[in-house]
Amino acid sequence: MESIKTIELKKTYGEIKAVDGINLAVGEGEIFGLLGPNGAGKTTLLMMLSTLLKPTSGTAIVNGFNVVTRPDKVRESIGMVFQDPSSDTLLSGYENLKLHALMYNLPLKEINKKIEKVLELVDLQKRQHDVVKKYSGGMRRRLEIARGLLHEPKIFFLDEPTLGLDPQTRQHIWTYIRALAEKIKMTIIVTTHYMEEAEKLCNRIAIIDHGRIVALDSPENLIHATGGDIVSLKGQKLNLKELESLTFVKGIKIVEGKFQLAVENAGKNLQEILSTAGEVEFVKVHSPDLNDVFLFYTGREMREEGDEVGFMQDVTRAT
Amino acid sequence: MNIRKVLKGLYALWFREFRVFTREKSRIISSVCLPLFWYFIFGNGVGSAMPAGAGNYQHFIFPGFLAMTIIFTGLFAGAYIVWDKKIDFLKEVLITPLSRTTVFFGKAMGSMTDALIQSYFLLLIGIVLGIPFTLSSILLSMLMLFVFANGLISLGLIIGSFMESPEGYGLISSFVIYPIFLLSGALYPLDNLPGWMKLLTRLDPATYAVDGLRAVILGTSSMSFTANLLVVLGFDVIMMFVGTWAFKRMKL
Repeated sequence: MESIKTIELKKTYGEIKAVDGINLAVGEGEIFGLLGPNGAGKTTLLMMLSTLLKPTSGTAIVNGFNVVTRPDKVRESIGMVFQDPSSDTLLSGYENLKLHALMYNLPLKEINKKIEKVLELVDLQKRQHDVVKKYSGGMRRRLEIARGLLHEPKIFFLDEPTLGLDPQTRQHIWTYIRALAEKIKMTIIVTTHYMEEAEKLCNRIAIIDHGRIVALDSPENLIHATGGDIVSLKGQKLNLKELESLTFVKGIKIVEGKFQLAVENAGKNLQEILSTAGEVEFVKVHSPDLNDVFLFYTGREMREEGDEVGFMQDVTRAT
Repeated sequence: MNIRKVLKGLYALWFREFRVFTREKSRIISSVCLPLFWYFIFGNGVGSAMPAGAGNYQHFIFPGFLAMTIIFTGLFAGAYIVWDKKIDFLKEVLITPLSRTTVFFGKAMGSMTDALIQSYFLLLIGIVLGIPFTLSSILLSMLMLFVFANGLISLGLIIGSFMESPEGYGLISSFVIYPIFLLSGALYPLDNLPGWMKLLTRLDPATYAVDGLRAVILGTSSMSFTANLLVVLGFDVIMMFVGTWAFKRMKL
């Protein structure tokens, strides 16, 4: 049975199509990444899958239950870490977990044992009786990961689990998630706009842009599909026609004033490219990563000014 | 419906409200002191301007201040749910398998505890101040305050569930709390009011709470305690009904 299946799932706010017809099938035990810039519709999609938002149209089945007709059953099957911190800062870490356990109707006798277990998992035993107000951003996120796992969900949603954390803490959080995936058998759905994170962690990745899936595959295949290495060139009068006719050049794109060539075996062919190109002011060769994959499918860089706009949209929607 | 599940959920939501209440000491202090300021300063001020033989004004307004604690802290506590939306704690609650009805009653119970602790504490102070209480008038006052708190907190929860951000929070005090308080007859007798204002006071649920409290504490009222209690109970039922509906349609 698939953990998650959606058919033409849509969410519109007036004119704005936040999620615009998503078809998705995620298998049991998969670590599935949703990758896209801020405002692409990742959070809206998660909100619908977790029953907090009603779809405008389409179907979503989570753990075998329809999110619209059996929201209670769906909610019993899932755990979630929200993009924004959602623990109560006036309560201690332990109290936050206790509340969660009670709301999920865990047997009273087992509650303390289970809290102990998840606290150990995220390394927070020593600070469990401090109020959350005194936690750092990373600790709070770890607490919320522990909380999401407390009732042993079949499917675990993580919405930008590392957003707003410093690089070291980010690394730390991903280590925890990876360790979790190995220890506990469950399906993990994670959204992120950090390429390198998705690449390392996920079995499969869906690239989302403007509410639609533009590509879906394993990270390796996605990267492979861009066609070899990337050579960036800059110059006033480059011989583009000649470059294009070279057999090992698979495509040319203009990105931020530079020409990006998809090249087979760039290491061997670079000399010929340079001599064909003419007067080159700048050259850079790199193996493609997911950023290039995103560029390949959408024609845009993921980290561009649209990022800020998307972020502001998210903020206004959230408030 | 699984009773254990509902009870545990109610307990969890209640526990959270109560813990937050005990940790926000400034809120407790201000909500207990505010009615006392009114009682001493306003009561003395206006009382001294009353003609001799008009009765003790401070005694007259004491039931009004019991109701005042409920109106201010109860309604605010209910509407405080908009803050839960803001800090995203509400998401954590709504994603659990608890029904929206359970969430509504859990929140209401938590806020009830806060408001009742404060108003019952004022009752005690009233005894110290020499308000002529009897055992039965204390118990009946507690009953009335309980029923009244339930209705006002439900009203607060309803308002909070419709609000999208805490920015509009201040409007509640101007357009809901003060009208309810000022029209309730907490500060003045309602007998000689112009017709239109009398009508407004009759529409205010707090009028019946204040009148009922006066009936048992001071023995002077326009309606009997039982009649007042029934009106406030009716208000409760409507508010709880609307409240559970409002929670079911509440969006984040």
